[in-house]
Amino acid sequence: MLVLNKIHARYGAITALRGISLKVEEGELVALIGVNGAGKSTTLSTIAGVLKPVQGEIQFQGQSLVGKSPEQIIRLGIAMVPEGRDIFPSLTVEENLRLGAYTRNNRTEYKQDLDEMFELFPILGKRMNQPGGTLSGGEQQQLAIARALMSHPKLLMLDEPSLGLAPALVDQIFELVVNLHNRGVTILLVEQNVERTLDIADRAYLMRTGKIEDEGTPQHLRERVDIEGVYLGDHTPDKA
Amino acid sequence: MFTLDFVINAISLGSLYAIIALGLVIVYGILKLVNYAYGELIMIAGYMLFLLGSAGVSPWIILGITAVFTATLVSYLTELVAFRPVRTKSMTAILVTSFAVSTLLQNLVLLIVSPRSRAVPLPDLFAKSVNILGSDVSMRNILTIVISLALLGALSLLMKRTILGIALRAAAENFTMTRMLGVPANMVISVAFILSGFLAGVVALFWVGRSGSVMPTIGTAPLLIAFVACVIGGMNSLTGAVVGGYIYGIIFSLLSLFLPQSLLDYRDAFMFAIVILILLFKPEGLVKGGYVPERVG
Repeated sequence: MLVLNKIHARYGAITALRGISLKVEEGELVALIGVNGAGKSTTLSTIAGVLKPVQGEIQFQGQSLVGKSPEQIIRLGIAMVPEGRDIFPSLTVEENLRLGAYTRNNRTEYKQDLDEMFELFPILGKRMNQPGGTLSGGEQQQLAIARALMSHPKLLMLDEPSLGLAPALVDQIFELVVNLHNRGVTILLVEQNVERTLDIADRAYLMRTGKIEDEGTPQHLRERVDIEGVYLGDHTPDKA
Repeated sequence: MFTLDFVINAISLGSLYAIIALGLVIVYGILKLVNYAYGELIMIAGYMLFLLGSAGVSPWIILGITAVFTATLVSYLTELVAFRPVRTKSMTAILVTSFAVSTLLQNLVLLIVSPRSRAVPLPDLFAKSVNILGSDVSMRNILTIVISLALLGALSLLMKRTILGIALRAAAENFTMTRMLGVPANMVISVAFILSGFLAGVVALFWVGRSGSVMPTIGTAPLLIAFVACVIGGMNSLTGAVVGGYIYGIIFSLLSLFLPQSLLDYRDAFMFAIVILILLFKPEGLVKGGYVPERVG
């Protein structure tokens, strides 16, 4: 479904990605793990069209994404929930969701989708007319995910969905990700919480300093990588 | 002391200033640019009234509609030709572009028309007054209030009820995220310039209507008023601009009423002293807005 081939990307003079290659198959939950600054979020931003790669190729369902704008990329079916959620604080919950459905432009389907989102996230239904900025961190995260789902994405990219949330809310978010995966949504997940992520992922890539250092099943990564070190930044592959 | 005529005049001035400020802040919200060419849009509409009037076009409503349309079109064209190519460049580049567009438009009029002021045809209605509760109230002031309130209402509906308006408000808060939801960047920015131009055009009808003439520098004063009104109300929300506009207009009217004749020449100095006082207590303006200082790119 999604193939990245030797992607290089820069922030000004700083090279953030150095030849990233990865793939996501339809229906998979693929995780990107690694320390801060490894290039995980940059990889998602590059796929979403926010950052232009300087070299390499990105293909989504056989179509090149290189050179496409963020607004063109979401129309192809890739939605992203960025780190920090980026909901619109002065817009109501309903307005946030309405913008999420911008690419679909179908009033009848919109109402059905809205009901579905309120079923999936009951708290959002209760807060429908409240400005997004007045929601708690966990509620904002739910809103950000619901907003992305409103576009009926073929691929959902989640960047640090559990960041800054209380432990009970982290559980909720991971349950939600599993729930979405079980419903057939293809997911590319970036998370700091490596143990929990490997518990739910089908496959994972370990990133370090802008490169893919290892890849495989969660079991493979657990065997080969010092997971604790991933948190500390001194993980070593091939520990076995 | 507060005659009905005075009250209506103060509200009329406030309404006009609110619309002026709104036109400036619509573009600022998205581009984070104080568009210095905004005043020239008012000037262009004024000259359109003059040119059509000189050509004998009538009735006046045709002149008015054409003038508003011209300001809207010129605003859109400046975005397309001047601002779009530099949009992703530095803030300095975009600011210099804004100065350049302003100077270019002003000099164009100096060259083609004249540096001297020109009389502009006004509708007969502007010269009339009606007697309300024993006071003679100018129809121009009543019209300014009615049309401004209608515009504010329509704009509020547009911003809250339509997907375009919601997208504009979202873009002012987080432009990149708005694009990531599929809203085209070019469309949002163009719409902001079109709305700004439209408001400038409407303002021109009443601004020129106050003096009855137009000159190349006529846009400078409304631009300054818009800027100060936005500073008072807060640059970060549309409501702030409207509140700032009304406060500016009402304080200005009160100063005109209460200042002794010998100090009237210093009215602007008093006005700015009050603005400084407001800013000392509310540095971000009176209305807290949701816009973030993110530049588009």
